[in-house]
Order: sequence, then structure tokens, then C-alpha cells
Amino acid sequence: MEAAVFFVAAIGALGGAIGVIAMRNPFYSVLALIIHLFSLAALFLLLTSAFVAAAQVVVYAGAVMVLYVFVVAYVGGGGESAWEPIPGQRFLAPLLAVALFVELSIAVLGSALKALETHGPNVDNGFGDPASIGRLLLEKFLLPFEASSILLLLAAVGAIVLAARRREVEGEVPSKHSPTRLEGASPSTPHV
Amino acid sequence: MNITWYIVLSSLLFATGVLGILLRRSPMVILLCLELMLNAGNLALVAFSRMVGNEQGQVFAVIVMVIAACEVVVGLGLIVAIFRRRLPLNVDDLRELRG
Repeated sequence: MEAAVFFVAAIGALGGAIGVIAMRNPFYSVLALIIHLFSLAALFLLLTSAFVAAAQVVVYAGAVMVLYVFVVAYVGGGGESAWEPIPGQRFLAPLLAVALFVELSIAVLGSALKALETHGPNVDNGFGDPASIGRLLLEKFLLPFEASSILLLLAAVGAIVLAARRREVEGEVPSKHSPTRLEGASPSTPHV
Repeated sequence: MNITWYIVLSSLLFATGVLGILLRRSPMVILLCLELMLNAGNLALVAFSRMVGNEQGQVFAVIVMVIAACEVVVGLGLIVAIFRRRLPLNVDDLRELRG
């Protein structure tokens, strides 16, 4: 039973990952990533980490993916050019990815970690549930917890600064200060 | 299932993310592939946490999730800013900083 769930979730995760990089339309890539995230949440449940699985579904597949869908709908999926800046990139990239996978597998399977071949030790019922993770976050890892909250705040402020429409910059004639390409490319107001 | 299966799956997902970053040119898809790589790392963290029988690895995974959310927010803000300035959404055309 556990093996069946594992293989179904693993195929879902891998298929979603391949779908992300294979789809031409970014919207379908986002949908494939949602499949990938749900399969990964199932794998987390198999590893008896209920809180991480729930956070994965709620935070990732819920909030972050909605953000992606909004931006894809705003920007639109542009077609990608087939131009290759590095000759043979389409053949070199899979070669490098396979080499990386083989190298990682050798590093893992060749390690002296005897416990890799086991299912892990028997754990009690409360392993990885929200209560124990919350206790760890608020007692032992209080400083990283607070630091990550500050980081979230900084990211939110940074995103607002980046994406806000700057009328005073875009309204100016670009000849006043030497226009960098980023700021002076379009003096016209963008449509929303 | 052995923990090895999870670790091998995690490295496979990581390699897939690397392949996507190398192949695709749209910044949006590159962000998605970064997500793939971070999630592969998360899977390895949780699997190792199960192997040791210690929950601290799961706390690590939650923090990685926070980092990924920050990266997404800033990256999507950059994409919206690029789009507003009518620049091409193609990482090969945005090469002024290349030197």
C-alpha cells in the first residue's frame, strides 16, 4: 500500500516537473507545477510530516500559485525564440542534467549512511504534527522564525517598490537625465 | 519504502529543475524551475529528517518554503516591472549586465 502511494506520488511529482519545462505556454507550466506540489505533499505525508504537507498545499499550491497565475494572466505567455546563444545548448543541457543526476546519485548511494536503507526509526504518533513543529519554531528556532518574518516583510516591500507604477519617472521626458534603458524605454503610460 | 527512494527522487527532481533553467528562456518558467529545485531540496530535508527521527529537518523545510515565497514575490515583481517597461521577457535579450 505504501509503495503504491509512493510510486503514484513520485510519478505525479516527476510528471509535473517535466510538464513545467516542456509546456510552451507558461500558464500550463504553472498548472503542471500545481500537480507537482500536490504529489510532493503526498510524499511528505508518507514521511510522517503532516505540517509540512499542509503548509505545502496551503502556502505553495494555494497562495504562491495564485500569484503566479495572476502574473501570467497579466503578462501573457509570449512565445520563446528558438535562437540559441550557445551553439548546441539544446543538447548540452540534457547532458549536464543527466550528469548532475548521476553525480548526486553516486554521492547519495555511495555514502556511508547505513540508515538510508531503512524506513527510519519508529516514531510516535505526534511526529511532525503542527503542535511539535510549532513548539520547535517558537522555542528552539525562535531566531530563525523571527528572521524569516522580517525577510517576508522585506520581500513584500521590495515587490511593491519594484512593481509600483512610477508616474514621475515615466512622465518625464527621457532627455532630462540620461535615460538608462530600464527607465526611459517607454515614456507612454502603460495600459493596464 | 526506503529513504533511498526519496533521496533518489529528490535528486531526479533537482536535475529536472536544472534542465529547465538551462533550456527555457522565459523568466517566468525559470522562476518555476527554481521552485522545482527548492522543492527537491525540501523533499531531501524531510526524508533525512525521517531517517534520523528528528523533527528539526522539517522546521528547516518550512524555512526553505518561506525563502521560496520571498524569491517568488521579488521575482514576479521584477517580471511585472520588466513588462511595464516594454522590455522583452526573454533572458537572452536582457543582457546589459553581462559585461
